[in-house]
Amino acid sequence: MTVLAETAPRVAETGAHRSGGDRLANSLRLPVAAGLLWLGVAGVILAVPDAQELERTSLLGVLAIVVGAAQLGVAALSWVTAHAARLARFAPWLIVLALFVGVWEALTAKLDVLPLPFFPSPQAFVEVYTDDWRRLGDSLLHSLLLLARGFAVGAAVGFLVGVALGWSRRVGYWIHPVMRLVGPLPATAWLPLAFFIFPTSASASTFLIALATAFPLTVLTWSGVASVQTAYYDVARTLGANERFLILKVAIPAALPHVFVGLFMGLGSSFAVLVVAEMLGVKSGLGWYLQWAQGWAAYANMYGALLVMALMCSALITLLFRVRDRLLAWQKGLLQW
Amino acid sequence: MVALARRVALDADFGAAVDLRAIDHGFDLHGAYLPVLEDVSFGIPAGQFVALLGPSGCGKSTLLRLVAGLERPRHGDLLVDGEEVRGPDPSRVLMFQDPTLYPWRTVWRNAALGLEARGLLKEQRHRVDQALALVGLNKFAQAFPHQLSGGMAQRASLARALVNDPRLLILDEPLGKLDSLTRLAMQGELTRLWQARGFTVLMVTHDVEEALLLSNRVIVVSDRPARVRADLAVDLPYPRHRDHPELLRLRREALGLLGLGQDW
Ligand SMILES: Nc1ncnc2c1ncn2[C@@H]1O[C@H](COP(=O)(O)OP(=O)(O)OP(=O)(O)O)[C@@H](O)[C@H]1O
Ligand SMILES: [Mg+2]
Repeated sequence: MTVLAETAPRVAETGAHRSGGDRLANSLRLPVAAGLLWLGVAGVILAVPDAQELERTSLLGVLAIVVGAAQLGVAALSWVTAHAARLARFAPWLIVLALFVGVWEALTAKLDVLPLPFFPSPQAFVEVYTDDWRRLGDSLLHSLLLLARGFAVGAAVGFLVGVALGWSRRVGYWIHPVMRLVGPLPATAWLPLAFFIFPTSASASTFLIALATAFPLTVLTWSGVASVQTAYYDVARTLGANERFLILKVAIPAALPHVFVGLFMGLGSSFAVLVVAEMLGVKSGLGWYLQWAQGWAAYANMYGALLVMALMCSALITLLFRVRDRLLAWQKGLLQW
Repeated sequence: MVALARRVALDADFGAAVDLRAIDHGFDLHGAYLPVLEDVSFGIPAGQFVALLGPSGCGKSTLLRLVAGLERPRHGDLLVDGEEVRGPDPSRVLMFQDPTLYPWRTVWRNAALGLEARGLLKEQRHRVDQALALVGLNKFAQAFPHQLSGGMAQRASLARALVNDPRLLILDEPLGKLDSLTRLAMQGELTRLWQARGFTVLMVTHDVEEALLLSNRVIVVSDRPARVRADLAVDLPYPRHRDHPELLRLRREALGLLGLGQDW
């Protein structure tokens, strides 16, 4: 991968010395190579007979053809619009993926060298989505709903407690010791108790996820509010601000960068608790799906669910980054996700 | 801005009268008491422009914080319009030595802070625009503080103070970070505004010439703990010229009080 990626800019550099047409031809080299490689992989998938008993070989072949044709289409369109040319930056990745899928297909479906069921073929992987999408989709939906409930409750509680701790000494007196004792305890330690105390496993899991979210958010909101410069308060006070204004319009906006760090940490730990809760208590969701797939030794399903889960977590983190970029547009040098 | 000035018109009693009586103040620093103000007494009649001169670290900003009501003096009485100062009030606006703009607000919303805090923003939005125009920042209304130069930030902070139509304007080296040209222009604006609106001004500056060009009175304080060393009246009409013989004489006197007499 690194070798291929490094050649890409070098091609562009040398192209700069030549005429415009040559430069374009050079920048198209990688998408064309990626397209042809994928068509080649498709040829292997479709032409070489399977050594394993498999159902979705032709579908996988068609998918490979589609990817390859799309790359060639991008290359062709690059002559016309600069828009398509930007898609060409995925070409190095697609080349590596083509090689990966090709080798994977050869070692599993075609030559049957890797042991089943731990190493399913690419078509078995595709089959998970074509044949079990209903159950997978349902699990995804349940996971999302549970996560949203728990995270929302935890974020709201964590934020409010954090602001109260940062603002009021009296609140701090009572909450601080409790938080110091209970906060660092991993939320999963409550698991047996929670499933026993709460009437349903869903409410127990919501509680656990909320707990996991709330602690880091509380600590960071608190430190954010506590570290606001007193000069900011002085400015507002000389201009006639009351306490409500000082909290809502000075303390909270000033603490917001800290709050977002807390939200990222809270979201991360809520993922962990979600999966554990689903594996151990709730009879739905992606965590449960993983457990179920393992019970049937359906490793292809497990990999398929892991991919869905990775996409879900990544999408949620991305969403949080977007929200942060909107609200903290005034900060310079924000990390780009 | 002209319109704004006319609207208020010259109301003889608009400015606030300030009275400091035997003020003592200090801080606990590393367990020891650090006296900062000692027996500071002077009065400012309504509408007067008073400049405060003194060596660095002597307690000028501390004195201004007391007058603004951000801190209570340890001893002595601090009266504004005959009433004890118990806390900050929007009629007495302090412009801080550092601009301390809120980094999460645009220049416009920073300037609008006082109106927003008092719930007047809806009716008086135009005042924000006028104040920004006065300090020459209307083109930067939507900029964030990190996009401003030091001098621009200071002007934004001056606009934030002026928007509130204070009766007592307390300025802590308001023009300290400006280049000499902008500084001259802002000195002119400040004088015009003061004459048009009639508020009282208490201004700290480290520039003797600026103090003499702008104020009715220059109060010179000693090194820490600060005491009033001299109270110089500047009875000259505005606009003043820096080469006026009386002004040159006062300048020599003030510099002498600050310990720079011989070489100047
Ligand atoms: N909050 C505080 N705690 C302890 N000491 C303080 C505090 N604020 C000011 N001081 C001390 O009081 C003294 C006077 O400070 P002040 O800021 O009033 O000086 P200044 O006259 O405004 O100086 P400059 O001209 O440099 O701005 C300094 O010695 C400073 O260390
Ligand atoms: Mg100062």
